[in-house]
Amino acid sequence: MKKEKVRRLISASAMLFPLLLTVAILTSLVLKALPIISLKSLPTLIFSSAWQPQKGHFGLWPFILGTLWVTITAFILAAPVAIFTSIYLAEYAPGKLKKILAPGLDLLAGLPSVIYGLWGILLIVPFISKYLAPLFSSYGSGYSILAAGIVLAVMILPTIINISVEVLNSVPTELKEAALALGATKFEVIYYVAMKKARPGLIAACALGLSRAFGETIAVMMVVGNVPEVPHTLFSPAYPLPALLANNYGEMLSIPGYDSILNFAALLLLLIVLIFSLMSRLYLNRLKRRS
Amino acid sequence: MDTAWEKAKFKRPKRKIIDSLFRLAAFSSAVLVVVILTLILMTILIRSLPALKLSMIIRTPGTGYYLGHEGGILNAIVGSLELISGATLIAFIIALPGVIYLNTYLKKNSPFSEAVRFSLDVLWGIPSIVYGVFGFLLMLAWHLRASLLAGMVTVALVELPILSRAMDETIRMVPSEIKEAAYSLGASRWQTAIRVILRQAFPGIITAVLIALGRGLGDAASVLFTAGYTDRLTTSLFQPVATLPLAIFFQLNSPYPEVQQRAYASAAILTFLILLISLVIRFFSRKLSRHKIK
Repeated sequence: MKKEKVRRLISASAMLFPLLLTVAILTSLVLKALPIISLKSLPTLIFSSAWQPQKGHFGLWPFILGTLWVTITAFILAAPVAIFTSIYLAEYAPGKLKKILAPGLDLLAGLPSVIYGLWGILLIVPFISKYLAPLFSSYGSGYSILAAGIVLAVMILPTIINISVEVLNSVPTELKEAALALGATKFEVIYYVAMKKARPGLIAACALGLSRAFGETIAVMMVVGNVPEVPHTLFSPAYPLPALLANNYGEMLSIPGYDSILNFAALLLLLIVLIFSLMSRLYLNRLKRRS
Repeated sequence: MDTAWEKAKFKRPKRKIIDSLFRLAAFSSAVLVVVILTLILMTILIRSLPALKLSMIIRTPGTGYYLGHEGGILNAIVGSLELISGATLIAFIIALPGVIYLNTYLKKNSPFSEAVRFSLDVLWGIPSIVYGVFGFLLMLAWHLRASLLAGMVTVALVELPILSRAMDETIRMVPSEIKEAAYSLGASRWQTAIRVILRQAFPGIITAVLIALGRGLGDAASVLFTAGYTDRLTTSLFQPVATLPLAIFFQLNSPYPEVQQRAYASAAILTFLILLISLVIRFFSRKLSRHKIK
């Protein structure tokens, strides 16, 4: 019986590992960020747009804005396409087509972010600088918020679609049939019955996609331009938080406060993403339990 | 009465129009998704074909490789494989007993299992760049340099929630009657877990491992400052290691078109590996489930 006890102990501690890891990541980032937070005030760090590490100005506002712009652009582009696609897959598509599309979506979800970034550089960036931006009389390299938004939108499509299809499929057929029997058109059935029933799940799917977009690093930094200025239009370059970390974190410069501000940036990113993904996960879990 | 009927008569076409417009929107969105997928694969394929030579996959970078001279990215291919096999092994060793404990020792809705599953969800949501930062802090604490070991540990942390969650889902699906049958025959919890539940969940576990491998293979942000980069093959845990995503990333930043070409070729190699993994997943989930008791 002693053996059983040892096994039990080992597997129990393995089970506790994720809990401890979560706490460890949070506390280590907080500890590393504390020096700069106590040196400058939180509002200055977050809302100041002066980024001159050599002179001791550490305003993260341009980076935060860059993250927001890119994420929101991606979301606006991706959400409608994803929802419509999942409606097609759940309600209209014949079984054969679904069988072809499912592996395609899996592949799209599994492609590494470098591949998406490369695709952005090869196709999206030149398209923007040659054709799209001149239409709005804006001339630049094409490395812009819009480019990053398009690439990110494509990246989060499969996440949103997969969950949405699942949610739409879980709407009871009887409900839809009842509406059909009352003379509703297919559109009315989907819009007034299926989507109404599935709305919380669809929102959660979108929120999950949004949190994915927030933290994406490599693909975004390959096409966004990485200029630490407050962006003004979709065609201007930006410098999101993950890109800031990826470009600067490894080479701890000997500027005082520099490593601490980077850790603070990581903490900020972590907190934003955590809040988002937690809310949507909790929401989804609660829905699952109810059904 | 009459006017109501008239109204309905006129409304009917409008409803029909909306109905077909909606259908059209849904259909064209789905087409758009397919077009985008094809566009990505075609772009990579067309751009990479001219640079895709055998020497790319059987040679390490020679002298002046980054100026466009001879060589290949064998270092990155081997490095990536070393990295993900080690990382997945570490993640698996932690995930498996944890998942077993969750599903056999704890009661179905114990607050503990809720908390653990919740923390796995939390970990899943953390961006890999943050894992990279955390891995770097671990390296500083342990006085490690950027190395295969540090990269393995960091990627293992990225893979852990994916692996645990996927294995948890399949093990949870095992019908409780099978468990109860084993218990009634006098098997201990551990014996039941290893000999009965794991066998039943085997296809799902293989799939979970493959998914984690794919995630680790493609992840660049977590190895950016933990694994380093080298032009040679890595033979020790304490040497830096080259990885495919970073190979693509670095070659792409080169001003020389020949080197950029090779970035495209490396991208094709990476895409091929990912494709291979997802094909193997499909194959396994079909083939292995034959031996399951249903």
